[in-house]
Amino acid sequence: MKESRKNLISILLIAGLFLLLFIMEQTMSPTHMIFTVLKKGAIYALVAVSMNLLNGFTGLFSLGQAGFMLIGAYTYAILTIPTGSKDVVYRYYDCIVNFSLPEAASSVFGEAAGTMVGVILALICAGIAAGFFAWLVGLPVLRLKSDYLAIATLGFAEIIRAVFQWDGLGPVTNGSNLLKHFPTFSSTLFPFAVSAICICIIVLLINSSFGRAFKAIREDEIAAEAMGINLARHKMMAFVTSSFFAGVGGALLAMFQTTVAASQFKAAMTYEILLIVVIGGIGSVTGSVISSFLFIACSEWWLRFLDESKYNILGLDILRGGFRKVVFSVIIMIMVLFYRRGIMGTREFSLDFFTRRMKRKRAAAGKGGRGNA
Amino acid sequence: MAIKWRFHFIAMNTKPKGDSLTMEFFGKYLSYILAGISVGGQYALIAIGYTMVYGILRLINFAHGDIFMCAGLMMIYAVTAMPLYLAAPLVIVITVLLGFVIERVAYKPLRTAPRMSIMISAIGVSYLLQNLAFYITGGLAKTYPSIPWISDKIQIGTAITKRVTVVTPILTVALVVALVLLIKHTKIGMAMRAVSKDFETSQLMGIKINSVISATFIVGSFLAAVGSILYFTNYTGVTPTIGAMPGLKAFVAAVFGGIGSIPGAVVGAFIIGICENIIKSLGGTWTNFSDAFTFVLLIVILMAKPTGLFGEKQTDKV
Repeated sequence: MKESRKNLISILLIAGLFLLLFIMEQTMSPTHMIFTVLKKGAIYALVAVSMNLLNGFTGLFSLGQAGFMLIGAYTYAILTIPTGSKDVVYRYYDCIVNFSLPEAASSVFGEAAGTMVGVILALICAGIAAGFFAWLVGLPVLRLKSDYLAIATLGFAEIIRAVFQWDGLGPVTNGSNLLKHFPTFSSTLFPFAVSAICICIIVLLINSSFGRAFKAIREDEIAAEAMGINLARHKMMAFVTSSFFAGVGGALLAMFQTTVAASQFKAAMTYEILLIVVIGGIGSVTGSVISSFLFIACSEWWLRFLDESKYNILGLDILRGGFRKVVFSVIIMIMVLFYRRGIMGTREFSLDFFTRRMKRKRAAAGKGGRGNA
Repeated sequence: MAIKWRFHFIAMNTKPKGDSLTMEFFGKYLSYILAGISVGGQYALIAIGYTMVYGILRLINFAHGDIFMCAGLMMIYAVTAMPLYLAAPLVIVITVLLGFVIERVAYKPLRTAPRMSIMISAIGVSYLLQNLAFYITGGLAKTYPSIPWISDKIQIGTAITKRVTVVTPILTVALVVALVLLIKHTKIGMAMRAVSKDFETSQLMGIKINSVISATFIVGSFLAAVGSILYFTNYTGVTPTIGAMPGLKAFVAAVFGGIGSIPGAVVGAFIIGICENIIKSLGGTWTNFSDAFTFVLLIVILMAKPTGLFGEKQTDKV
């Protein structure tokens, strides 16, 4: 298939997906579970792909994702809380951030467009803040190898969490209290659009010469260095880029939840994302995307019936709150033990994948036919 | 340790009468230091499990903290059914079994897989144990039973504390000495040392790798069970996620002391336990940072001496 035709089909497919989402939103009840799954799935897809860039493509085993998401979520919330609501949100502190990006932008671009511009600016700021912290953290940490890097980044995520809950930063972060009243989204299209753009950028990066350098580092650091790849620079670049998108993902998560609290960004969240990456296949972008939707759908929606105590098996009260999670974790264990390479392995799901399959099938059918004759 | 000395120093400097002030300092902070030593001993018992498993399998056993939590939870259910002198040994035995079964089911099939897979498996086990605990308890904090002799109140100097505070360091040191003797002077100990030096060669020499690894997990789980009895005597609320933080800190202690080294893990655990409690004693906003400080310590040691206090230096061959 020609390159230009392939691109056209991809664009048409993506447009079709967005159209489908739009139609679904118009026709279905907005409280339907599927919208929760789609929104959260899109956000987790972005975070999982950003983690995959680091763990799967560059081979840096980092466990700091939750910390960078926290920075993104807080940056977004702090920059966008309307000035009118500051007193309500910062009940115990005098807020020192006395502006709000959407309001500032509204005064320039008008109400509707201004809010949108402000929100997008705040999302970018969230990414930049996370990326900047990643740069600071990366300076000392990236010299470490494998497990030591993992535990050091995990440690930094915990430190970040403690710092954001600190009273001394109360005028900015509201201490250990919730941040709320910032602009959120109601349509599923918004997180889809943002995630799609970000994932596209990551894919472009992976397919560029930087991406090839990342993969070289993953395969063999010493050989890569011998080939003239600047290890420190490329590792830092992967780390900062990954954290930038984790920050944007964190900001989206804040919008999805409508409130932010530092206490939720624990190591458990990083583990969850890591599981998504592994189930999707380490080193496969589409794998991460597919598995994040499956993961969220399983944990939030499909297994929901297991928590209801109305079905009793053998008169035993097995099905009650929490059973869903047990079944879910057993499924994950089975995946980890028996499908070690994940859903996609290191392959990518693409149009080529389909056409090659079809060609192979046709060839096999042709051979079979000749054999019979 | 550093902070303790700094305080000492300030106390000495600000007022001239050093000797009585030292007494005053200890009087004021004695209870915190005692608590630090006690919790340090408990971390040490968990940390040994981490460091031994890492030494042999090169695996961060993320499920170890949750085994510790399970031991605590089982104790709560066990004492409702039987007297304590039966419950405690039974809980230890079941915890050891749990550790053994986890290794056989979740780690053994992945022995030839890349190291990442086995670590993910450990995270999966941790997730499973937490969710199972959540399902069984309904997510509510359960109160740990008070164990007669060790939870009695006693007075040391000016501080009033539970007897477990004194028992923990003694018991920890005794167990560690026993463990070191086991590793230095028995056949299985020799096998453990050999496997941790070189996995494949020791296999070629006829060491049964699987039984050595099982033995490692059995020792680790046993110590975690003992640790849980001591730990939950002081901190009585058991929730499904309670194992995560002590587990993480114990792992940090293991890294701090040089991973793979048992004395290192013990020293690291005591240092972390004491520092953490001294920070708590400063009161106010500092208490927020008692957990974070552990990680600051970790990062400082990793920067200054990447293999920890007692770790062996490894060189990569091309």
